[in-house]
Amino acid sequence: MTKLLAILIDGGIYASWVFLMGLGMTLIYGVMKILNIAHGSLYALGAYMSVSLIGFYYASGTYPPLLGYAMLPLAAVAIGLIAGLLIERGVLRFMYGSDEVVMLLVTYSIFLILEDVAKLIWGVDPYFAYQPYGLLGTVEISELIYPVYDFLLIAISLVCGVFTWWALNRTRVGKLLIAVIHDREMSMAFGVNVKLFFTVTFVIGAAFGALGGAVTAPKVSVVPGLGVEVIVLAFAVVVIGGLGSIEGAMIGAAIVGVVRAAAVHLFPELELFVIYGVMALVLAFKPYGLFAGPEVRKI
Amino acid sequence: MKLKKDHTLRTLTIGLVVVLVFGFVAADWLRFMVQMTMATFLVVLGVMLQMRAGLVSFGQGLFYCLGAYVAGMAGYFWGVTDVFILLVAGTAASVLLAVVLGFLLVRYREIFYANFTLAVSMILYGLLVKAEVLGSTDGFNVPPSTFLGFAPKGDTLNMLIFILTCLVVYVVAAVMNRYLNSTYGYLGDAIRQNEIRVEYLGASVRRVLHKIYVIAAAISGVGGVLTAVAVGHVDPDLAFWTTSGEFVFVALLSGMANVMAPLVGAFLLELLRTYAFEYAPYTWQMILGVTMLMTILFLPGGLWSILSKKQTEKIDDSDPGN
Repeated sequence: MTKLLAILIDGGIYASWVFLMGLGMTLIYGVMKILNIAHGSLYALGAYMSVSLIGFYYASGTYPPLLGYAMLPLAAVAIGLIAGLLIERGVLRFMYGSDEVVMLLVTYSIFLILEDVAKLIWGVDPYFAYQPYGLLGTVEISELIYPVYDFLLIAISLVCGVFTWWALNRTRVGKLLIAVIHDREMSMAFGVNVKLFFTVTFVIGAAFGALGGAVTAPKVSVVPGLGVEVIVLAFAVVVIGGLGSIEGAMIGAAIVGVVRAAAVHLFPELELFVIYGVMALVLAFKPYGLFAGPEVRKI
Repeated sequence: MKLKKDHTLRTLTIGLVVVLVFGFVAADWLRFMVQMTMATFLVVLGVMLQMRAGLVSFGQGLFYCLGAYVAGMAGYFWGVTDVFILLVAGTAASVLLAVVLGFLLVRYREIFYANFTLAVSMILYGLLVKAEVLGSTDGFNVPPSTFLGFAPKGDTLNMLIFILTCLVVYVVAAVMNRYLNSTYGYLGDAIRQNEIRVEYLGASVRRVLHKIYVIAAAISGVGGVLTAVAVGHVDPDLAFWTTSGEFVFVALLSGMANVMAPLVGAFLLELLRTYAFEYAPYTWQMILGVTMLMTILFLPGGLWSILSKKQTEKIDDSDPGN
C-alpha cells in the first residue's frame, strides 16, 4: 500500500517535471511545426541562470528568504527572452518553410552550440542552490517523507498547464493562435500577424523549458550535459501524447511519470527501458501519438 | 548528353593502396584515427542511404552499438575472438533486428521516422545502462582478437586489425557503389522525390525502404564490430542519441552524391575530435553545431558538392528532405 502511494507520489512529481519540459516543446511544435531539440539546452540554461540568481540573492543575505523563490520564474523569463529571441530571430526565421526534418537538424545544431555556450559562461564545475529546496521543510504522508518543494513543483506545473490551456481556449489571442495552427496562410490573409505569433510562441515555449530547468536546479547539482538526457525524456512525453497537443503532453507526462516511478520501485533495472518502451509502443500503434488526429498526407 | 564515366571504383582502389601504405609508415595515433574514420564511415554510409530516400535516422547508433556489443560479448562470455566470426555475428544480429523493426518503421516518414529510430536506440541504451552483467554505464573490455586461429599481440595485432578494417571498408564501399548505381539504388532517390510516382511505376515503396533499412543496419553493424575490436572497449554510449546525432552530422556535412562522400566528413570529424580535446575542449560541440548550421544554410549538397562542382550533369542531390 505504502509502495503504491510512493509510486503515485513519485510518479506525480516526476510527471510534473517532464510535463513542464513537454509543454514548451509541444506548444512550439503545434504552432511552428518545429520539433525543438534545443529545448534541452534551454532547460540547462534555465537551470544555470536560476542557480546564479539564487546564489546572488542569498549571498546578499539582507532580503527575506521566501522572496528567493521569485528568482525561479525570473530566471525562466530571462532565458526565454534572451535565448528564445536570439534563436528565433537569429536563426529559425531564415528557415521557415523548410521541411520538418531540416528544422529538426537546425535545432540540433543550435542545441550543440548552446551546450558549449553554457560551458563558456558558467564553466564546467557543478553549481548548487539548495536554499529554496530546504526552506520549505518536509511533510510526512503515511511514513513517507517528502520535501514540500516537490509539491510546489507539482503546483507550478499544474498552474502552467492550466494557464496555457486557458490562454489558448478562452482568450481572443489564444483563438487567433489556434487559427494560425490550423491554417497559417488563411490567418495571414485575414490579417493575423503570424510572424509575431511565431516569435511570441517560441519565447513562451522557451521560457517553459527554462522554467523546467529553473525549478529543478535547487534539487540537483547543475553540471554540463544536463540537457542531453532531459531532451529525450521530453521527446518521449510529447510523442506519446501526440505532437502539438497540450492535453496529450499532460497525459504523456502522467504515463511516463507513473510508469517510471513504478519501474524504479518494482524493477529498478528497467527504469530507462520502460520510458522508451512505452514511447515505441505508442508509436507502433498510434504513430501520431495518443491525442493527435492523423494528418492529411500531402504529396 | 554524354554520361560521365564512374571512376569511383578506381579512386577507391587507389585510396586503399594509399591508406595501406600510409598505415605502415604513419604514427600509431594517426593510423588509429584513420581506422576510426573508416569504422565511422560505414555507419554514416548507413545514415546516408536512408537520407537518400528522404529518411533521417536519429538512431543509427542502435546497430553500431549492437554490432559492437555482439562482438564484445562473443569474446567476453563465450571466448569467441576470431575477427571473421565476430564480423559475421555482428552483421547477422543487426540484420535480424532490422528485418523485424523494418516492418514497423517503413510506415513512418519525416520526424516520425526520426522519433521512432531514436526511441528504439534509446531502448537499447536504457537496457545496457542497467545491465550489470555487461558493466552498466562503464561497459566492458573486449578481449584481443584472433585471426583464424592466429593470435598476434601488440603492434602486429593493431596492424592486422588496421589492414582488415581497410579491406572490409573497401569491399563494402565498392559493393555500395555498385548498389547506388543500380535500379534499386536510384529507387531510393526516387522515393525521396515522389513516393506516389514510384508506386505508379510499379515498385513497392515499403519493400524498397525495408531493404534500405536492413542494408543500412548491416553496414552499421560492421562498423560497430570494427570499432569494438579496434578500441577494445564497448559502452552503452554507442547507442545514446548524441552518437547517432554525430552520424547525422557527418552525413549532412559530407553530402550524398557519392559513396566516398562520408569518408571526407568522417575524417574531418575524427580530426576535429582529436584536436578539439586538446585545444578547444569547451567549444568543440559549438564548432560542430556551427558547421552543421552553415552546411544546412549554405551548402545543402554537403562538402562533396564542392568537390564535384564541375560535374554539372550529375544528379542534383541537394536537399535531404524533399
